[in-house]
Order: sequence, then structure tokens, then C-alpha cells
Amino acid sequence: MKILVPIKQVPDTATQVKIGADPKGIDTTGITWIVSPYDEYAVEEALRIKEKRGQGEVVAVTLGSERAKEALRSCLAMGADRALHLSDPAWENADTLTVARALAAVIKQEAPQLVLFGRQAIDDDMGAMPAQVAELLGWPCASWIMEETISDDGKSVRAGRQVEGALDIFNIPLPCVLSAQKGLNEPRYPTLKGIMGAKKKEIKDVKAADLGLAADGAQLLVVALEALPPRPPGRVIPGEPAEAVKELVRSLREDAKAI
Amino acid sequence: MEKFRGVDYYGIEELLTEEERMVRDAIRDWVEAEFLPIVAEHHREGTFPTHLIPKLGELGIFGANLKGYGCAGLNNVAYGLIMQELERGDSGLRSCASVQSGLVMYPIYTYGSEAQKERWLPALQRGEAIGCFGLTEPDHGSDPGGMTTRALKKGDSYVLNGTKLWITNGSIADVAVVWAKGDDGEIGGYLVDKGTPGFSTLDIHGKFSMRASITSELSFQDCRIPLENKFPNVTGLRGPLGCLSQARYGIAWGAVGCAMACYDWALQYAQTRVQFGKPIAQFQLVQRKLVWMLTEITKAQLLALQLGRLRDQGTARAQQISMAKMNNVWMALETARMARDIMGAAGIVDEHPVIRHMLNLETVFTYEGTHDIHTLIIGRDITGLSAFGDE
Repeated sequence: MKILVPIKQVPDTATQVKIGADPKGIDTTGITWIVSPYDEYAVEEALRIKEKRGQGEVVAVTLGSERAKEALRSCLAMGADRALHLSDPAWENADTLTVARALAAVIKQEAPQLVLFGRQAIDDDMGAMPAQVAELLGWPCASWIMEETISDDGKSVRAGRQVEGALDIFNIPLPCVLSAQKGLNEPRYPTLKGIMGAKKKEIKDVKAADLGLAADGAQLLVVALEALPPRPPGRVIPGEPAEAVKELVRSLREDAKAI
Repeated sequence: MEKFRGVDYYGIEELLTEEERMVRDAIRDWVEAEFLPIVAEHHREGTFPTHLIPKLGELGIFGANLKGYGCAGLNNVAYGLIMQELERGDSGLRSCASVQSGLVMYPIYTYGSEAQKERWLPALQRGEAIGCFGLTEPDHGSDPGGMTTRALKKGDSYVLNGTKLWITNGSIADVAVVWAKGDDGEIGGYLVDKGTPGFSTLDIHGKFSMRASITSELSFQDCRIPLENKFPNVTGLRGPLGCLSQARYGIAWGAVGCAMACYDWALQYAQTRVQFGKPIAQFQLVQRKLVWMLTEITKAQLLALQLGRLRDQGTARAQQISMAKMNNVWMALETARMARDIMGAAGIVDEHPVIRHMLNLETVFTYEGTHDIHTLIIGRDITGLSAFGDE
């Protein structure tokens, strides 16, 4: 079974994001870049499916700058078989739909039985990709899955989605798109041998023309990033606890209208 | 405290290959998630988390710079970065990996017979077997050539008699690499299986340092081992000293890990701890300490990195390894003490890693060649005159 995992390189979760000199983007100096954590769940699940079935191929794909190759290399170190790097000036200011079109085109070429996304990238938290790609392909899509079992004949998948207090269980014919929620699995650490082996695996460069795509203008444009206004200082209510609590409740009810 | 993001004031990151960075980050993430949450408890109890040993094997840490037998075949810089990250966790964790890799797998790999390699290296690599290294004796530390442990040939066996002290992982080891003098008075290396009659171990208690590490005494009383358990390819002190060069190299990197942990912690503490109405990081005396730490860490990073490159070229000399071990452990110990100082009372509790590192480094300062012995090794090298009293 061939499984394609689209991933995104994002700033490390501990990054204190600063708005850049060009306010349309962030200041990238000193940032550590990682594979978006939800995408790691997707890679891990793909590897587990392959291992469980005893055969298959896991292909990691990303659209991004030259630096994004490092994220693909991390996926290869975890165990992915090969990677595709979509990189072209035509995609420089790509919006979600442009990226989705590129991914859908590469998926048509690769013809995997399953596409596994992370539920969203943790940088812009847009979360549009799984649904947009599925729509463009005309494939079924289940998002935020917590568990999955591929049928023995490899023709369908039983997937459980997290809903309030329960699991929503679907039977979905393959090929389909799934997106991984935290809790789907515990991603493995790349082993040192895996890291050594990763440099021997292929990262293929894919240009827009290779996918038969022309540069089409983004419809969604970032105008500017704005810092949140600083938080107003907290208020300390003095006095005896019994009196202070009364004042706290009154203030929550009347001033903040929180209760 | 914020998540640790490394210490790199000089763009040293750019001197590393992508692969070296990936190795470092993988081990850093593992230590952060799997080791740091449990280390304080083990330190308090005086135990080593032995359940992590197979995991260290699975990651490929043991014998990572050796080739074949399941080993990852990393270069020396990547190996050093692993040691740095392990010791940012705890000196006991790095010691466990150092002993297994540098003092047990390395001599079997370098001096051992093919049968010895086949028997031990794959199991040691996977962490399914644990090894220890017996050189130091109760009466012979800095002067290992004076050892009194004997391995005398009797029929189809060597018979070992003697005591080895301060042996990391001694009581949990499946195999001990033991250095002893033979019938000809020459030092040789012998592999002693756990459970061999006449071989017993005793753990050392009451340690105020290296608490999250097992330290033992090995005792041999008419302990008979088969002739094929002797290393065929080495004679004399150069055998154990060759192993020590491996381990000392790892320590030079490990010490940087300790120092980075202490500096990062002290910096964050100083930025948030308010006295006299301002963060203590605003006071000149505190800034001076932080700057001293960062400067020394930066110098130590460059020393370790260039030493690794020299080792990869095959041109590193033992005296250069002595310099890196000597300098880097000293600067780490001073950094830990300053970090402890900056943190005031908070610096002495195990809620923070600083006091643990500081106490561990007291051990690291004098093991694998004391600070003073390394000074004299370099002194002999540059003057041509030995201060050891042996010439």
C-alpha cells in the first residue's frame, strides 16, 4: 500500500514569534524549524500501517523553500521511503488553495491508496489542507482521527474521529484522505541509523510544470501581522478572604460579566 | 522555565552538517521527553533508570561511532554531540553510554578476537547486554601501571585475583572488561562474564555525586576464565589508555552539555527573579557571571568541535584530548557553581537541575584522569620533561 504524507516545516513550538521587518511575515532569525507535530502523527501512522501490512511505501511531500528539505529529511530518518519537494517560484506566495492544487496534482501522479495529513500546521493553524485536497480529488475525507484500521483487503479504512465524549466511527472506501489528531499514536524518535540512512534516500524536486500547473495568483493574501494588544494588568482584591471573595464574585458578575 | 533551545553565541551551528544537527536534535528531544522528567527522583533515590538502557540501544547510542555489528557508524562530531545531549540530562546518563561505548565496545572492537566481537558487540549495541570496565584499583588510581590484579595462566584457564574500584555499572554488567597483569607482568585485557565463580560485585553507597549512576567494586578471588577471553591484540598500558582516550573525548563534549544546562537555567532565573525592584540579571555582578559562563561555554564548544574534526581526520593526539577534557570539565564545574550562586537558596534544591550537575561534575573533574593529571600530561608534552616521578 502506498501512503502519501504531506507535511509542513514550522517554527519550533518553543519559538517566541516576532513580527518581521516586513509585517506580512515573521522574523525568522534564530528560529529552529521542525516538522509540524500533527504531521509527525501522520508520518508515524503511515509507518505503522506499512509495518503492520509487511509491505508498502511511505512518501513524504512538502511544498516550501529549500530549507523545507530538512523537514523531509526528518521524515526519511523516521522511516519514510522517499520524499517529494515541491519548490517553484510560481508557489512563492501560495495561498491554501494553490498549495492544495499542487498537492492534489502530485497525489494524482503518485496515485497512493491513502493520504495522511496532520490535522493542521501549527504555524498559521489554517487547517484547510486535508479538506481542500480531498475536495479537489473528489475523495472522501475524515479529519482529526484518533484511530484507524485498514481492512485486510486494503479496500477500506475504519476511522474513529474524536467528538465530544465519544468516537465517531466511519467506514471509508480507499483511496481517501485522513487527518491525524493528537493521541492517534506516539511518534517514534528517529534512530541514529535512521538518520544515517536518510541521506541515502531520494528527495525528488518537483516543479509546477512537472505537475502541469501554471502560476495562478493567490486569492488569499496576508495584508499584515499585528501584535495583540498587551494584556491589562491583573487586579488584586485586598481584605479578609470572606470579604474579598464577595468582591471577586461581584466583580466577575458586574464588571467582567463572566458569571 | 522555557524549553531549552541550546546555547550558540558564535554561530557554531553553521559548522555542523545537517546530519550532525539531526543527531543532536534527536537525542535532545529524547532526553527532554523521556529522561529529564524522571532524573530528579532517581538522583534522590540513588538509582539509575536501567529500564532506559534498551531504549538507548534502540536509538543507536551505544557504539554509535563504530562500524558494523549493528552500530550506526557516526563520525566523531556526531558522537560528541550525543554525549553533550546525554550529559545535559545527567552525568550518570552520559557515563552509562560512555562506559558501554568507549570503555567496553571500543576495546572489544579494537583489541578483541572475531569470536569476542560476534558474541558481545551486537548485544551491547542493542542494550540487551551491559558492560563495565575495570582498571582503577583501591590503591591505584592515577597510576594504573601499579595495578596488583593478576591473571595467571593455569592449564586451560586464566585465574584472576584482585579488586577493581569505582566501576560504573559494575553490578548490572553482563560482561566486565578487566585489565590485569599476566605471568610476564604485562598488562592484558580479559572479558569476565557475570556469574563466573569467584567474581562478585558490591555497590558503593553514600555518594554525594553521580547519584543517578551505579558505581561498584569488582572482586576476583581465584576467578577462572577460559583462555579465549583474553584480548589477543593488545599488550601493556596502551590498551586501557586507548579506551580512556575514547571516553575522555566524550567527556569533553558532555561537560559542555552540563554547562549549557546550568547557564540556560541561571540566565532564565536571573531574568525573572526580582530583588530591589528589578530582575537580578540587571545587576552588574550577575551579568559578569553570566557573561563569563557564556564565554567559557563558547570556547569549550570550539575546542570540542575541532577535536572531533581532528579525530575524524585521524590526527588527534591523546594530549589534545587531555586538554579538552581538562578545560571543559573545569569550565563546566565553575559554570555550575556560578549558576548555583546566582540562584541563591533555590540553587540547592533538586527542583532545579543546577545542584545535581554541580555535584556530578565534582566526580567528572577527577575521573578518567584528574584535572591535575591531564595538566601534567600536557606539561610533559610541551616541555619533554615528565612530572610524574617515573622518569
